[in-house]
Amino acid sequence: MYTEKLMQLFMNPKNVGRIEDADGIGEVGNPICGDVMKIYLKIEDDRIVDVKFETFGCAAAIATSSMVTELVKGKTIEEALKVSNKDVAEALGGLPPQKVHCSLLAEEGIKAAVDDYLAKKGKTKREASETRQCAKA
Amino acid sequence: MNRFVYLDHSATTPVDQKVLEAMLPFFSMDFGNPNSLHAWGRKARQAVDQARDEVSRLINAEPSEIIFTGGGSEADNIAIKGVAFAKKDKGRHIITSAIEHHAVLDTCKWLEKEGFDITILPVDEYGTIRPEELRKAIRPDTILVTIHFANNEIGTVQPIEQLGNICREQGVLFHTDAVQAAGHISIDVKKLPIDLMTMAAHKMYGPKGVGALYIKKGVKIVPLIHGGGQERGLRSGTENTAGIVGFGKAAALASDRLAKEETEKERNLRDRLIDGILEKIEDAMLTGHRTERLPFHASFCFRYIEGESLLLRLDALGIGASSGSACTSGSLEPSHVLLAIGLPHEIAHGSLRLTLGKDTSEEDIDYVLENLPKVVESLRAMSPYGKRG
Repeated sequence: MYTEKLMQLFMNPKNVGRIEDADGIGEVGNPICGDVMKIYLKIEDDRIVDVKFETFGCAAAIATSSMVTELVKGKTIEEALKVSNKDVAEALGGLPPQKVHCSLLAEEGIKAAVDDYLAKKGKTKREASETRQCAKA
Repeated sequence: MNRFVYLDHSATTPVDQKVLEAMLPFFSMDFGNPNSLHAWGRKARQAVDQARDEVSRLINAEPSEIIFTGGGSEADNIAIKGVAFAKKDKGRHIITSAIEHHAVLDTCKWLEKEGFDITILPVDEYGTIRPEELRKAIRPDTILVTIHFANNEIGTVQPIEQLGNICREQGVLFHTDAVQAAGHISIDVKKLPIDLMTMAAHKMYGPKGVGALYIKKGVKIVPLIHGGGQERGLRSGTENTAGIVGFGKAAALASDRLAKEETEKERNLRDRLIDGILEKIEDAMLTGHRTERLPFHASFCFRYIEGESLLLRLDALGIGASSGSACTSGSLEPSHVLLAIGLPHEIAHGSLRLTLGKDTSEEDIDYVLENLPKVVESLRAMSPYGKRG
């Protein structure tokens, strides 16, 4: 059901952990739904110089977390905000339909962390994205 | 370097070599239709009769009280719908429990739409149905109580004798789905107050696609499948001769194992596994009853991690397990069983089931006890809730 690429990342995820002095932290998902993603960003001159994640969830949730951190690393926050759930799913070689919500969570995780960064900087907050409640399938 | 340790015997068991050997001639050489009068047919009929003897002996029933079906789900459907349709003029109330297999629950829900009234009994934290709850639920129009012998997800064995006795006192038929228990626990239908009982061959080292329903002499049910009148008219269709022969052999071998108390070996390994896991892994809990449980069954919840991740990482190490998390069921909710025993969603998501087999070894258990704690730790290390060093 999972692609080889996804299983590889699930078994050996990249960028796992925390950044103690993170500039932005985003937490999305809900333990009741079975997946929570926490994204830590280190930002210099509006560019993401480091990113880490912690995830409670299934194989797809862990692999999408890993993939999204790889996709945004080195990007400006403006570029990072353009990384969509589709980009994450495509980079993994596709996701089973019931796991698409994991890629949404990954997209939202980055956005939440950027929002947190912007709020801390006192900059204008982006328009809040909709929060999802156990939005599976 | 990896071992392969299959610990998902509640899902299915491998066909025993002796079972396979018994079955093989009936695909080719002895291919006859058991309903034919010639030599080919007689040979097949004799084999089906022998299998019926063997299956009946496993549970101390009469051969005439056994009908073969296309599996456990089908036997559940025949029992429940068969009684419902046969007794609908007497009453339309059926009682079941919250932690039944879907073959029972969904059948009851379907009957509800057809005008029957269904009561779903709650269970306690161990997944046990309290007999007094059953007594309170029985009404003058109750026609059937269907409660499983043992649960597939948490292994809890029900107080079948007490539950059945209440049904007998009240004159209500009692069906039990014994798919997980038959062949693993001694069951004597002459001693236990059971009217109908479901069994499946593939849970006791027989083939898939064949099951049996025990129907106590005198109990009337309406058939679901009409046709050539096979299986006393209760399950028409040319008999699955090879499958039935395989079931017979599997039942005979299971009777032997039970007589020799070989299940004790499984029980001891199971206890080592349970004690070892609870000792080595923090924030782990056993689900189901500690002692009143299937001899081969161990099930747990681990906090801060999710079951699908756990089972896929175990799979990568050659360990075959299962989980009742939402992600493995493909639905929104964790398993109905884990929720019914009162577990919060976030804990139910971290469930793991390890079910041993007759060939599981000490080394297999060592391997799991060595690797499972590492896997749990690795997933907790990446969880935002995990314990950090």
